[in-house]
Amino acid sequence: MLHTATAELTAADREGVKVFDLTAHGLRALNQALHDFRRNPTNETVWEIVNTKGAHAIAVGVDAPLDITVRGTTGYYCAGMNKQATIRIDGSAGPGTAENMMSGTVIVEGDASQYAGATGRGGLLVIKGNASSRCGISMKGIDIVVHGNIGHMSAFMAQSGSLVVLGDAGEALGDSLYEARIYVRGQVKSLGADCIEKEMRPEHYEHLEALLRRGLADGKARPEEFRRYGSARKLYTFNIDNASSY
Amino acid sequence: MTEFPRTPPRQSWTFSNDANAEIRRAAATGIYDIRGGGSKRKLPHFDDLLFLGASISRYPLEGYREKCSTDVWLGTRHAKKPIHLDIPITIAGMSFGALSGPAKEALGRGATEAGTSTTTGDGGMTEEERGHSKTLVYQYLPSRYGMNPDDLRRADAIEVVVGQGAKPGGGGMLLGQKISDRVAEMRNLPKGIDQRSACRHPDWTGPDDLEIKILELREITDWEKPIYVKVGGARPYYDTALAVKAGADVVVVDGMQGGTAATQDVFIEHVGMPTLACIPQAVKALQDLGMHREVQLIVSGGIRSGADVAKALALGADAVAIGSAALVALGDNDPVYEEEYRKLGTTAGAYDDWHEGKDPAGITTQDPELFGRFDPVLGGRRLKNYLKVMTLEAQTIARACGKSHVHNLEPEDLCALTIEAAAMAGVPLAGTSWIPGRSGGPF
Repeated sequence: MLHTATAELTAADREGVKVFDLTAHGLRALNQALHDFRRNPTNETVWEIVNTKGAHAIAVGVDAPLDITVRGTTGYYCAGMNKQATIRIDGSAGPGTAENMMSGTVIVEGDASQYAGATGRGGLLVIKGNASSRCGISMKGIDIVVHGNIGHMSAFMAQSGSLVVLGDAGEALGDSLYEARIYVRGQVKSLGADCIEKEMRPEHYEHLEALLRRGLADGKARPEEFRRYGSARKLYTFNIDNASSY
Repeated sequence: MTEFPRTPPRQSWTFSNDANAEIRRAAATGIYDIRGGGSKRKLPHFDDLLFLGASISRYPLEGYREKCSTDVWLGTRHAKKPIHLDIPITIAGMSFGALSGPAKEALGRGATEAGTSTTTGDGGMTEEERGHSKTLVYQYLPSRYGMNPDDLRRADAIEVVVGQGAKPGGGGMLLGQKISDRVAEMRNLPKGIDQRSACRHPDWTGPDDLEIKILELREITDWEKPIYVKVGGARPYYDTALAVKAGADVVVVDGMQGGTAATQDVFIEHVGMPTLACIPQAVKALQDLGMHREVQLIVSGGIRSGADVAKALALGADAVAIGSAALVALGDNDPVYEEEYRKLGTTAGAYDDWHEGKDPAGITTQDPELFGRFDPVLGGRRLKNYLKVMTLEAQTIARACGKSHVHNLEPEDLCALTIEAAAMAGVPLAGTSWIPGRSGGPF
């Protein structure tokens, strides 16, 4: 479904699109070439990475306004620590996709495995399929929009940023949450320690509307369909009476 | 009435005054005791080992005249830019947050003047330490506070922290009193709240994905930086072997005397193994894999003197790291502040409530008035002096054992004063050829 046929790729190797065959040239050559843009920018800003074969650490540490499409499924940490670049995974993504992202946009056309967007500090992660457990764990400013469902323990210890889920959320959503905002349209199996439902006020509808638009989900869902979750802030300072929550 | 002799009042060994005081404290407050530092128990340690020195069977080197080198390379396995240090004594990771900015600056200054490295901590890299450290190791911790690719690139090495000796299996803790605006901003958390850093990394769980994580860090930094893996002294044989398998350039093993900024006293005193017991197991793992000296071993936890350095190296370490000792060199627990320690209900040498942020020496605090007392230039000079002295002491011992490099020290140069130390260190009890346990198990 999502994997473009090889014949089309050859056609895609048109003017302005740099096609990189990962199997032929290797991971090191890929990341080095992408990193070289930091100091020596060229006009080759549109990239397609083909023959990925589930490799780990594809397009990590990019720090340039590149437009990168990864054809096929990726292993761990694709787009890790991304800055500036727009990275599209035209397939499903392995664990830790876009971990610690700083800025830019990462779009997963398929599903994402565990820890998607872990510790992300900025930018936007869009997952058009489902995300597995611990999506947005320890997030620190990133915005994550998941068109499908998310797994258990998502947004664990999430510090800031927003997690938007058009589908359902698994168990222990937002456990030990700090100041991150969570919006879920579907069912939440259970809330984690110190995570509570909060009122949707006008500013939240506005905020969510913008997130849905940026997250390529406008038309798929309306802000009024969502509930908002956040921290009860009861675990912010240690209190022995809360010991059973720890 | 006849006066019979009475049984004199007898204190219980089990229910000692200290044990009872802790029971009363727990009963009154309802919370466990939190403190900084490492284990305060009397543990088998380097003090229980002695060097034999040269005699007829081997000859010594002339002090001050015949060369005894002290340099060390770290990260030679995979890194394009391994680290070369003049001395085998590094500064362990201590966070900005736990320590004041000026204290971090002093660590950078002292380490750089002495030709060695310093290390960031939980909370990210500060300009103070990057600017003043020629060689800076950037810690990659479960919390990922302050983690970013720019600092990864301007680091000289990356240390993936799995655990620390004071609390193997525990996360970080920085209580609200120390969360100033700057600390809160670096960590992206509200001011004044208690910060409990996670004990596990958020995006890998075991040796197989640690290997992938290390690959990612290498790719991000174009394979330039040495990658260390730091573990607390729990199962050093297996942890070292797994770190090597995962691709580490350097393994750091931290024994239970190694300090922490703050954690539960019960954790510090009851979890983990003494440094002395950790070294032979870690060395054995490297030797069994044929990686001793290929993957370097850094040992920390209770290193105080050049003798401790020499003993750790003789047991097979490539370098040591100091944390608590460096703080003492800067002025922590100095009797000059005795009057103020008394006001805090403690005394010089015993002060360990670092988490409260009231350190009279201005080191473990974020209070501008307190850290304003601390002079980072003077502190750096004191640390440099201390590092130089330790190096000279280690050289003195190495020359006495006939070694032209401190790394040539070996277990054969040592004997043990106690059966426990002999068993743990794997060297004979003094005056015997007995190494307890040597014939009985794999270690």
